[in-house]
This record gives sequence, C-alpha cells and structure tokens, in this order.
Amino acid sequence: MKPCAFIYHRPSGLPEALALLAAHAPTGGRVLAGGQSLVPMMAYRMAQPSHLIDINHIATLQGAAMQNGALVIGTTTRHAAFKTGICPGPLGAMLGFVSSHIAHGPIRNRGTFGGSLANADPASEWCLVMVTLGGRVMLQHASGTRMVAAGDFFTGVMATALADDEMLTEAHLPWGQGDQWGFYEISRRAGDYALAMCLVVYRLDNGLMRDVRLGIGGAEATPRRLAAAEAILAGQAPTGPNFIQAADAAAAMLKPMTDHNVTALFRRDLVRAAVRRALHHSLNHE
Amino acid sequence: MKLHVNGRDYDIAVEARRTLADALRKDCGLTGTHIGCEHGVCGACTVIMDGAAVRACLIFAVQAEGAVIRTVEGLAAGGLHVIQQEFVAHHGLQCGFCTPGFLMLAVAAREAEPDLTDAEILDVLSANLCRCTGYQNIVKAVSASARRMRET
Repeated sequence: MKPCAFIYHRPSGLPEALALLAAHAPTGGRVLAGGQSLVPMMAYRMAQPSHLIDINHIATLQGAAMQNGALVIGTTTRHAAFKTGICPGPLGAMLGFVSSHIAHGPIRNRGTFGGSLANADPASEWCLVMVTLGGRVMLQHASGTRMVAAGDFFTGVMATALADDEMLTEAHLPWGQGDQWGFYEISRRAGDYALAMCLVVYRLDNGLMRDVRLGIGGAEATPRRLAAAEAILAGQAPTGPNFIQAADAAAAMLKPMTDHNVTALFRRDLVRAAVRRALHHSLNHE
Repeated sequence: MKLHVNGRDYDIAVEARRTLADALRKDCGLTGTHIGCEHGVCGACTVIMDGAAVRACLIFAVQAEGAVIRTVEGLAAGGLHVIQQEFVAHHGLQCGFCTPGFLMLAVAAREAEPDLTDAEILDVLSANLCRCTGYQNIVKAVSASARRMRET
C-alpha cells in the first residue's frame, strides 16, 4: 500500500502549473488536487504518475463567485466550503445539502469540486449536479482555453474529454428561475458511494411545475437528464401520483450498470425510489 | 523539508511519495497516529491540519510543509485532554487502535462547532471505523466531552 515514486511540483501560479503539465503529461505527469481519489489509487498502484503537479497552493483556483447568473467555482474549492451556503438562495442551499452526501467530513475537508469532475466517478454527486443544471467546465492548457458542456465532458466511467495536458480550472453552474429543488441518494451507509441518486430542479408557476430538470447519477456510466421523465412532470402539479409516473418512466428508460454492489435489475428499482423521493424532497426539505 | 507538528518543527528528509501518516510515524517518531487501511477508509490516521480533520494517509508529507499539524501526542497538556478523560470514563476504547483517529476527529469537529448536537456528533463520527466498541461508548464519550467543554 505504498505509492510508486514520483517527482513533486508545487507551483504557486496557474501559468507555471500549466507549463509543468505540458512538460510532464507526455511521460505520465498528472495534476494533484484534493487527492482523495488519486492518492488511494496510487496506494493501490492503479495509478503510477511520474510527476505530480500539486495545485493546492494556487490561490486563484479556490473559491466561488456569481458571474452573469452562473456560479463560477474554482477547481480546488473544497467540498467542505459548500456546507454553509457557498452562495445565497436556493442554489447555495442545494449545493450545501448535496455536499453533505459526499463521503465523510475529513474527505470533504480535502476533496475538491474540480477534482471530482475530472475524476468522473459515476457515483460523484458534483458530476450529477453539473449535468442536471447544464453546467460547463473550463479546460486550460499551456496555449489555450476551451469551455465544454458538462453533458459532453463526461464520456464514460471515470473518463472525460480532458486531454492529458489539460487542467480543469473552473466549473460554471447556471441557475435558472426555478427555486424548487430536491435531491435523494441511496447508498449502503452514510458516506458510501451512491448506488442511485436523483436531483430535480423546477419552478412553480400557479402551482404547476415548469422548466423541469431531472438528472440521475450513480446508475449509468455517466449522469444524465431524463427528458421523458421531465416531460411527464412539465405543466403538472407536484403531486404523489405525478411523481410516481415520472419515477416509473425514469426507471424504464435507464440502462443501469451491474457492479459488485448491485445488479442492474435492483438498480432500476433504486432509481425509481430515488426519483420519487427526490421529488417529494423538493416539497419538503425538513 | 520541515513539518510543524504540535508546536514543534521537525527537519526531515523524505521521498515525495511518503504519506504524512508515514512521515509522522517514521520520520518524526510520533507513533500515536495509527495506520489502518492506507487508502482513506478507516480514519485511524486522522490528524488536524490547519484546523481541519484530514486523513494523513491521503496527503503526502511534502504537501503538509508550511501547515500547522496536530496529532494525538499534542492533546494532553498537564494531564489528559477532556476528551481523553471522557473516553476513559465511558469506556470509549477497547483495543485502542482507532482511538487516536477518533480523538482528533472529535476535537476538530468540536473546535469548529462548539454546539454540536448528538445527531451531528453521530454524523461526524461516521467518518471513522472502530471494530471493538460498537460505537455507542465513543458517541457517549464525545457527547459528554462536548457538554463539558461547553460548560467550561
């Protein structure tokens, strides 16, 4: 359980970090953010980076601020920073609630928002949030920057559109007019990996649901929105029978993974329950 | 490199791959920090770094240069720390392997939030594993120490 040898770099600015990444990525250099996934993988020697570029000391990559209706989140903003409301209003409340489902306190003290996205674990709560809200990520390398929609960024189980010499530096999270949100995660025990989870966001217009966004995570290789379930809810009242219809539609259209935890068949049931409970949660946050 | 632990500087020479947990034990001689799973699951190696509880097996020692680190050796000052006393009083340990991690976890939580409720204590303690006590006595000990620290 000891990692392989590597050369450690601690840049204090982004240009220096990107230059180091450009120099070392071709021979196995990697970015080290919170390290709460990468370091265990190194302990198991599933990851054997030759160089680690530690971005924890680059002040400009930490923190979050609203810009043009979107929350811009610096890549090394730690999970714990979301706990008490990183921004005002329902977006901050939702992010705080979701963050409490990420592993445990000591992991949240180190793990980072951008690190979770780049790691792209199917069970990652932040990946689900990004896809459901239609977020975008900023990918930078030594000679340029590009923005990629979250839906295009996640390409498979722990696979992303990130090139070896690119660093995810910011996440942009838009928040529409809706102020209703609900989240429900099913895992074996508190802090364990999500077996299925659902995030739903919508606004109420004269008692009817509008602009419904319903995303599922932990069930397939990547999180995704389920348009059929959203369509069932759009224009309807937020009632139990409507929730059940949407949950059934979501479960039916999903192609859940089988893994060492649960079978696809069981996971389909978990998705159904997660959708229904997330919808109920949107009405009552107690 | 230098590690600043429990108010003292340790000049050590380590490979980049040495975790903070290993550096504390092998290079600083502070064997109170225990190593269980070495991949961030068990919490036995929990220490306080710049005021926050962290897994010392998931941080490389070189990353901790410049940080203020506290380990279980730094808790007792002129007698056992309140939380250590309550662990004794409530039989919060049996074999003692997980105890340093639980102590640092609880101390950090209490310092960050003085008015921890019992439900919050349970949530905090869910981060670490104990295979002897069944947890109830640990919860009692932390809860009692939180009460005592509130009153003093």
